Parts: sequence; C-alpha cells; structure tokens
Amino acid sequence: MAKDTAGNAFVKFDRVQKSYDGETLVVKDLNLEMPKGEFLTMLGPSGSGKTTCLMMLAGFETATHGDILLDGVSINNIPPHKRGIGMVFQNYALFPHMTIAENLAFPLEVRKIGKSDREQKVKHALEMVEMGAFGGRRPAQLSGGQQQRVALARALVFEPELVLMDEPLGALDKQLREKMQFEITDLAHRLGITVVYVTHDQTEALTMSDRVAVFNDGRIQQLAPPDQLYEQPENSFVAQFIGENNTMEGVVKEIKNGVAVVQLDGGELIDCTPVNVSKPGERTRVSIRPERVEYNKARLQEGAHTLKATVREFIYMGDIFRTRLSVAGNDDFIIKTRNAPDQDRLQPGQEIEIGWLTADCRALDA
Amino acid sequence: MSDTTDSGPMLAADGTPLKRSLARALRRQKIRALMLVAPLLLFVILTFIMPIASMLMRSVDNEMVGEILPQTVVEIQNWDANSGELPDEAVYAAFAADLVQAVKNKEHTKLGSRLNYEQTGLSSMFRQSGRKVKNWDPVTDGPFKEKLIKAHKGWGEIETWAAIKTHSSKYTSGYFLNAIDMQKTPQGIAAQPEDKQILITLFIRTLKMSLIITGCCILLAYPVAWILANLPARSANLLMILVLLPFWTSLLVRTSAWKVMLQQQGVINEVLVWLGIVADDNRLEIINNQFGTIVAMTHILLPFMILPMYSVMQTIQPTYLRAAKSLGATNWTAFWRVYFPQSIPGIGAGSILVFILAIGYYITPEIVGGTDGVFISNRIAYHISKSLNWGLAAALGAILLAVVLVLYWAYDKIVGIDNVKLG
Repeated sequence: MAKDTAGNAFVKFDRVQKSYDGETLVVKDLNLEMPKGEFLTMLGPSGSGKTTCLMMLAGFETATHGDILLDGVSINNIPPHKRGIGMVFQNYALFPHMTIAENLAFPLEVRKIGKSDREQKVKHALEMVEMGAFGGRRPAQLSGGQQQRVALARALVFEPELVLMDEPLGALDKQLREKMQFEITDLAHRLGITVVYVTHDQTEALTMSDRVAVFNDGRIQQLAPPDQLYEQPENSFVAQFIGENNTMEGVVKEIKNGVAVVQLDGGELIDCTPVNVSKPGERTRVSIRPERVEYNKARLQEGAHTLKATVREFIYMGDIFRTRLSVAGNDDFIIKTRNAPDQDRLQPGQEIEIGWLTADCRALDA
Repeated sequence: MSDTTDSGPMLAADGTPLKRSLARALRRQKIRALMLVAPLLLFVILTFIMPIASMLMRSVDNEMVGEILPQTVVEIQNWDANSGELPDEAVYAAFAADLVQAVKNKEHTKLGSRLNYEQTGLSSMFRQSGRKVKNWDPVTDGPFKEKLIKAHKGWGEIETWAAIKTHSSKYTSGYFLNAIDMQKTPQGIAAQPEDKQILITLFIRTLKMSLIITGCCILLAYPVAWILANLPARSANLLMILVLLPFWTSLLVRTSAWKVMLQQQGVINEVLVWLGIVADDNRLEIINNQFGTIVAMTHILLPFMILPMYSVMQTIQPTYLRAAKSLGATNWTAFWRVYFPQSIPGIGAGSILVFILAIGYYITPEIVGGTDGVFISNRIAYHISKSLNWGLAAALGAILLAVVLVLYWAYDKIVGIDNVKLG
C-alpha cells in the first residue's frame, strides 16, 4: 500500500493513552497513522491493549488522553452511532430476533433510507458474501461460517469507509478460517475500504494485512509490512512473538562494517547484524529463524563463524523436517529443512556444524 | 453383520429382534427414573390433584337433599311447582317420615342450612319443626299436611316446596349460578336480587387490580433487572440480596408494616402533614382501599417479576447493544429495537407469575384492602370459614382456576409459552 502516511492520514492515533482504573495504563502513548484503503492488523497477546484501541476507535471506550482523528477530524467526542464505522464482532452479534434480511436492513433503517432502496442494498450485500438465498432465515439457523459472512455483510451494507474487525474468525475451524481470510482481504481490496483488524493469530495477521502493528504491554512494538516484520524484527518481543525463533544470549565483542561479533555465554563467537546494539560490551539476545540455519558447509559464506551441534531429535512433519539440536548449551535449538528429494535426514547423536548468513542473525535487546 | 442381508427386522447378536432388545435395555433406566420421581408424584397427587378434584366435585355435588329426604324427592317429582297449589298428602307424608328419621339422625339442621343458601328462612323452619315432630310416628299419626302446616306455617307456602324440588337432584348447577350472581328458581334461571349481586363485581375487580399490580411490577422491575444484569458480579450480588430480602421476611410482617406506613396516623401521612403538603384534618386515605392493596401487593410480588427478568437479561450480551450503535442506532433505538425484544421472554415469565399469584392473593387484601380492596379469594375464604357454604366456595374456586387456565392459554396463543424463560 501507499506509504504517504504523512499529513493526510485517514485514521490517526495521536499520543493516545487509556487507563481503566486510574492506576495503570492499558494503552501507553499510542501513535499510529493509516492511509485510506489500508488493511492494518493489530496483533498481540491478550491484554496487550489491541482490543482497547479498537474500542476507542469505535467509540465504545473513551481515550484517557490524546486524540483520535478520522479523516483529519477529532472523533473523541462523537458518539459511536455518529461515527459511521462498520464493525464486525468476535461473536458476530447478529440480532437473534431478526431475520438475516432484517439484520442487514437495520443500519439502513436507522439512517432513514427508503424501503425499495433498502431492499436493493440488502440484496446486493447478501449476494456480495454469497448469502443471497438466506435472507429469510434467523441467525440461529445458520452455521458459524454463514453467520460470519452475514456479520461482514451487515458491517458493509451502509457503505462505511472504515471497517473494524475484532477477531472475527476466532470461532471458526481452521479450513473455514483460511477461506474466510482470503475472502475478507479480497472484499476489502475490491471495495477499497480501510480495515483495522484485531487478532492474536499471527498467521492470520501475516497473510491478510498490508501492515501489522505488533502490540505488547500497551505499546506498538513494531509497525511494518508482514515480510519485514518476520524477517527483520526490531526487538526480541517481536522476534519471539512472530513465528518460531532460536535465541542465544551473549555479549557484543565488536561492531565493524555492519557486522557484530557476539561472544555467547558458552564462549563461542558468532556473526550477527546489529539491530538494538551499538557498542562492544553490551549484552544482547541473538535471534535466528529455524529455516535460515544451514548445516551444509558448501552453502555458507567463506570465513563465517560456525558452531558445533549435536542432533537430539528428528521429527518428520510431512512437508518439512524439524530437528532439535544442542548448540552452545541450548538443548532446544530448532532447525527446519524442506522435505526435498536430495535432503538428508539427520540421525540423533550425529555431530554437525551449523552456520547462517549474517543478515539472518539479528542481535536484539537483551 | 450377517443379519443386514435378510429383509426381516434387525436382529441383535443373540438373534432377538433389535427393537425388543433395546426396549429391555432401556426398561431398567425407565423404572429407575420412575422410582426417583415417585415420592414427589405421590405427594403431588395426595396434596394437589386430589384436593382440587374434590373441590371441583363439591361445586356441583348436591347429594344431601336426596340422602336426607329420600322418600320426599321421589314423591315431589309428581307435583308441578307452577300449578299454584300445595303438594298433596303423599308428599307431606313422605316428608314427615323423612323428617322424623332426619331428626333421629340429627341431620335436619344440616339440611336446613344447606337449603337456606337457596331460600332464606328454611334453616330456622327445619330447626323449629324438628323439635315438634320429634315424637311423631310416621305410620299412625297421619294425615300430615295440616299437622306440618300447624307445626310451622312455612310448610303451607308453595315456595318452600318449590325450593326443595328445585334442589332435589343429585347434581346441581346452583353453586355455579350463585357464583355468577344468578340463581336457580322453579321458573328457571334468574338473576339474584340486586342486593345479593356482589361476586361478578369482585371477579372483575380482582382481574382489574391484578392487571394493575402486574403493570406496576413491570414498570418498577425492568430498570432494576437491567441494572442487576449489567453490574459487575460483586455489586450485582449485593443488590440481589436486597431484592431477595423481602423473601426472608414474613408476609404478615411486611403487610402489617404497610399498615403502619399508610394509615391515617401513619408514617406517610405524618410526614406529609409535617411538611405542610396535606392539611391535618384532611389526611390522605391510602389504606383500607384499592390503593392500599395495589401498593402493598406490588411491593410483595416485585421479586417474582425481577428474578425472571434478571435471568433473561443476563443472557443478552452487551455486544448486541454495541453492534446496534456501531450500525448507527441511537441509544434509545438500540434499546428499543435490539435489547427490549430480547428481554420480552423475561417480562412474559414475570407477568404470568405475578398475575397468577395476584389473582389468588388473600392475606394482603384481607389486611389492607378494607371493603373495596378485597379480592374474590377473600370471599372464598368467607364462604369456607364463616358461612360454611363450601359448594359456593368450590364453584368460585373452580371459576378462578378456569380463568387462570384461559389466560394462560391466551398468553400461549399470543406470546407463545416457549418464549417464557425462568432462567
């Protein structure tokens, strides 16, 4: 998506803080700018403040401090029903005493849209989510996936420019969830709406979003497109939270030409990319993805530091092999290799030497 | 699965039909279930079904006249009550024989008071004649016509005999007619004399006031239930204890407390006089009338409205209101279009409960109702314990039961009984 977030942001959180009890801050100094048409995901563990942010944007919670702007206008004092923001709830919140068509007509009715116009819009919205034949049913007569579609249609039927989704796929099974992930992103891009999506499922966040904001402890830890988030985590929380990760602790020996040499606590030396370290002597936590570890010496850079490893366990997972190693005193070092025809299967007890590209190994905060 | 190939019924592994095998397997479970409910079932039959059945019987039962005057009821069938003449000697002879026997058995006063419900004066007639006929011999002392008329001149009046004839059948609709301010006369069914017409008025008043009480309960209970359902659990529990507090206090004490509050020298009047809102010589009459009954009963029945409402509202998720607001509804629209319809089952359950309890209420109207605030149940109690007209009391009770069942049926038709949730 376009990066011209400066100046004309569509949604803007400006130094927003939120406290429920007046003692602790649930959201600490949140700054966020979203351009129009972006699909942004708020990702984080429970209690990280992501849902609170969504509720403040929707108007169900008030910010304790700071401004929330929508299209350049502060919406702090605008009640939820005047914000014109579509919202999909975790449990769908379809009104059980109304039919599907009545549920969809509800936002149009309260906007005093004429009957014929209303019916046409409802029909169109239902067809958009392939639920055209279900208008006369009650929510209880639909499956979870169907209710999900209806909830989506209801949030879109009054043509809002901004749609909020609060873990909308949480209650669906894996297969259906993957299908809906695709449908939601497809629909969002087709209609050109701006979406703020809250989830604690990192796969969902990575596959659906233009940008992901990783929340922890009331702050955005990193705001970046999915690939950047995965490959270049900016701190050890993001590295741990997104995907699987091997970490090793040590002290920076020297930093030269963009390469940091780190002495692990066991005494071994490795090369890393310095991210959150600036000078020798600092403690650091080094992070490396399991699929970026290499034990075939021919593929390693010349002169790269390598480590001795002992194979502990070999797990066959179908598409990949997952091998647990003992490296530098760490018994839970994982490597992943693709199940390719020429790939050898390591045996427990086998001694190997492992290494990696300097760019894949990041020296983060301790 | 060899047995799936033949066309006959499914067989179990040992060759018996699967259906029989299954029935046998389930029989033990059914017997156990029956044993578990048996004590309560027995209790309900003994203390609920049988009394109601016997009450319903009593409302049409009229065996007393036929039992005490067996010969008279046979002979009197030959007499035409509209002929304008007294019955002939045969009837008098039969009656004398029956009466002598009744006096011997000490049953004549019982019969007298039974017939007195239909025609005033018959009770004392039977009592006085009883003393005189005590030593008559029904075989040798005839003829009896003049002797009886001499014993009491009432036996020379056609109305007396007409009343006996009208009520000589084994079953009677007389009690039910009385219950709706009608009576059975030799000329057919007619309205009660105006000064005796009270029961219809009482029925209508009972229904009307029960409706008002139910309405007041809905208005007062709805906001409370809403607060209860939306408060955090800790404060909700505290409030719930306050709601339940009246349940732990004796009904009599609560009603008497209202007497203290509402009487002319009571707390409310004293305060109003002290504040100068009401003149000392013009104190409000807010007890011993309908107002007092409505206030006290609304207070007493309120928990029965709050509890079902609360349990229904608890199941309505707050996200529904949020969803409605996010879709553009104002607070009021969100409440009226989304929350209220979902809370109707609670209102329905509470209303049925309160209305049915109110319609049969006795103690509170008795204490605070005065004369124009009493209910039909107070009249039933009067007939059971004071006038001893159990037949009429049973007929009134049966009508009350029927009214409740009809209302229940109507409610089912209109709202649907599946929509009622008690929790």
